[in-house]
Amino acid sequence: MDGFLVIDGVSKTFGAQRAVDDVSLTVAQGEAFSLLGPSGCGKTTLLRMIAGFERPDRGRILVGGQDITALPPEQRPVNTVFQNYALFPHLSVWENIAFGLRMSRRPREEIRSGVDRMLELVRLSEHARKRPTQLSGGQRQRVAIARALVNRPQVLLLDEPLAALDLKLRQHMLMELNTLHEQVGTTFIYVTHDQGEAMSLSDRIAVMNTGKVEQVDSPENLYESPRTSFVASFIGDANFFTGVAVEMQHEGYVRVKVEGLGSPLVLSNGEVSANQTLRLMVRPEKISLTLKRPPSGERVNAFSGVVEDMAYFGSHTRYRIRAGEHSILAQLQRSRFSGGEIDPARGAEVWMSFHPDEGRVVRLEATA
Amino acid sequence: MSTESRPVRQWLLTLPSLLWLVVFFVIPAILVIITAFRPANLQGGVGTGWTLATLREVQDPAYLPLLWRTLWLSGATTLVCLALALPVAFQMARTGERMRQVLLLLIVIPFLSNFLIRIFAWKSLLHPEGPLTKLLIGLHLIPENAVLLNHVGTVLLVLVYTQLPFAILPLYAAAEKFDFGLLDAARDLGAGPWRSFSKVFVPGVRRGLISASVMVFVCCLGQYVIPQMVGGTSDEMLGSKIAQRVFSDRNLPHASALAGGLMLAVLVPMLVVVLWQQFGRKEAE
Repeated sequence: MDGFLVIDGVSKTFGAQRAVDDVSLTVAQGEAFSLLGPSGCGKTTLLRMIAGFERPDRGRILVGGQDITALPPEQRPVNTVFQNYALFPHLSVWENIAFGLRMSRRPREEIRSGVDRMLELVRLSEHARKRPTQLSGGQRQRVAIARALVNRPQVLLLDEPLAALDLKLRQHMLMELNTLHEQVGTTFIYVTHDQGEAMSLSDRIAVMNTGKVEQVDSPENLYESPRTSFVASFIGDANFFTGVAVEMQHEGYVRVKVEGLGSPLVLSNGEVSANQTLRLMVRPEKISLTLKRPPSGERVNAFSGVVEDMAYFGSHTRYRIRAGEHSILAQLQRSRFSGGEIDPARGAEVWMSFHPDEGRVVRLEATA
Repeated sequence: MSTESRPVRQWLLTLPSLLWLVVFFVIPAILVIITAFRPANLQGGVGTGWTLATLREVQDPAYLPLLWRTLWLSGATTLVCLALALPVAFQMARTGERMRQVLLLLIVIPFLSNFLIRIFAWKSLLHPEGPLTKLLIGLHLIPENAVLLNHVGTVLLVLVYTQLPFAILPLYAAAEKFDFGLLDAARDLGAGPWRSFSKVFVPGVRRGLISASVMVFVCCLGQYVIPQMVGGTSDEMLGSKIAQRVFSDRNLPHASALAGGLMLAVLVPMLVVVLWQQFGRKEAE
């Protein structure tokens, strides 16, 4: 296995609970990588094992070819930005950043220039003498990042870096983290439960669930072609339908018979055999709504339903539409409402249609 | 509630404790100092008129070694207590809720028995015919004729024993509020376990260290029972002399002068500490 950070068959059990279950991941040098999942999925335990606060029961962790599994945290070429920042309250901002360099007994001159350089990087030079408690949340986070980066770690771990910030600041820091990552070029590993954060921060994301990695992919691929229904529902919203494969076509297209919705044509990532029970996924914003029946064709999946509920969000409107047994979520951007038709009202009969490329076959949970 | 009445309310709330302090502390302290300027009478009481004679008497150089011994014994007790209490407080704050309650109880239990009885217990434990002496001689850890009692080290040992809870409790209170995640951060930044403890935990419980030091040091300064019971004749502390002037010599002005001097020796450092704390708080804001 090549790669810069290698997690090789790592497992960790707490009592009766398998927190991390045989996880293998490879992260390239300089990559921005996210561990994404709901709380309790094992992402934090995995991060703590990379940092050295927990020992894996099985498996190895390598950084730049060196096996660090048995090293204590202070000897690892890894630094962490903690969720609550864990700044030392008895030290000034300057001394907080200098802490790591002092611990490795660097010469005084090197410490001074290193800390000053970091303060400039995170634009906190004028706050150097302040205590952490005198800073705002965003400034504290920048101190935490500077304090970690000044040690020139080979891997920087960031545990829920934006969770403690309010919405406006979060959006600002999101951009800032991306800029910072480009500037320093260090491998960044984010741990987050927020899919939006993970999508905008990372080159690749590992989606975790109950201790296992469900899928590792680029944000685009995770969104457009999730492999499991967990990934599909965790990243963005999704409509799921269960059906039976009736006709296999070339290039992975499958016609699936779904009770009450006819037989839509969708795309499958993996092998599918006839009469196999499948789960389909369609994103709400991929469904077009029209009052009239759309022109039928080979490449159009269309079915009708009745608007049950709607909610206006400004940039878009969401509709809940009943079609027989199914309750389907559709999302419309005003400008996209085709043909200049009036907005469908509650109780109105509408037509839903989606292109075969927008419908995906996802793996069934647990049974797979 | 209007803003003007808030200070009034605060004054009313502190009034009971303020009165208590004035009646039982400030007035007696002033009386002690006044007594130091009164002549002694032959009945062991305090005469009328004013004199500076007592003040000249207590400048006797014979008191200097006593004062010095009192200070270093109190200082050494404080240091040993802090060194022992720090790891205890650290561990206690990290153990589970139930174990913590048990440990706290164990620390407080000795207080249920009388102070003098506990000192007597030490006396019989360390007695030449006592179990500890016999055990240590039996194990050839100390020579046959060794005497554990009547030694300045014994005084220090028993002082540490009696004062240790007063060091543990404030330190534990501080350690309980300490964010142990900071130790993870220290380890992450390259500090080993020992340096995380000394560079992050110890400064983190600074307030507790200050209260523990003041508690232990001040309590030690006034001790006279312990040196008298387990120490030798040359291990007297200033407190022993004050007791002697009161109970044997019946010279209250002399005792008052000594007590007043010791009080100043306590209050001046405490004032410094309080000012230091105030300064530290202002700096932290």
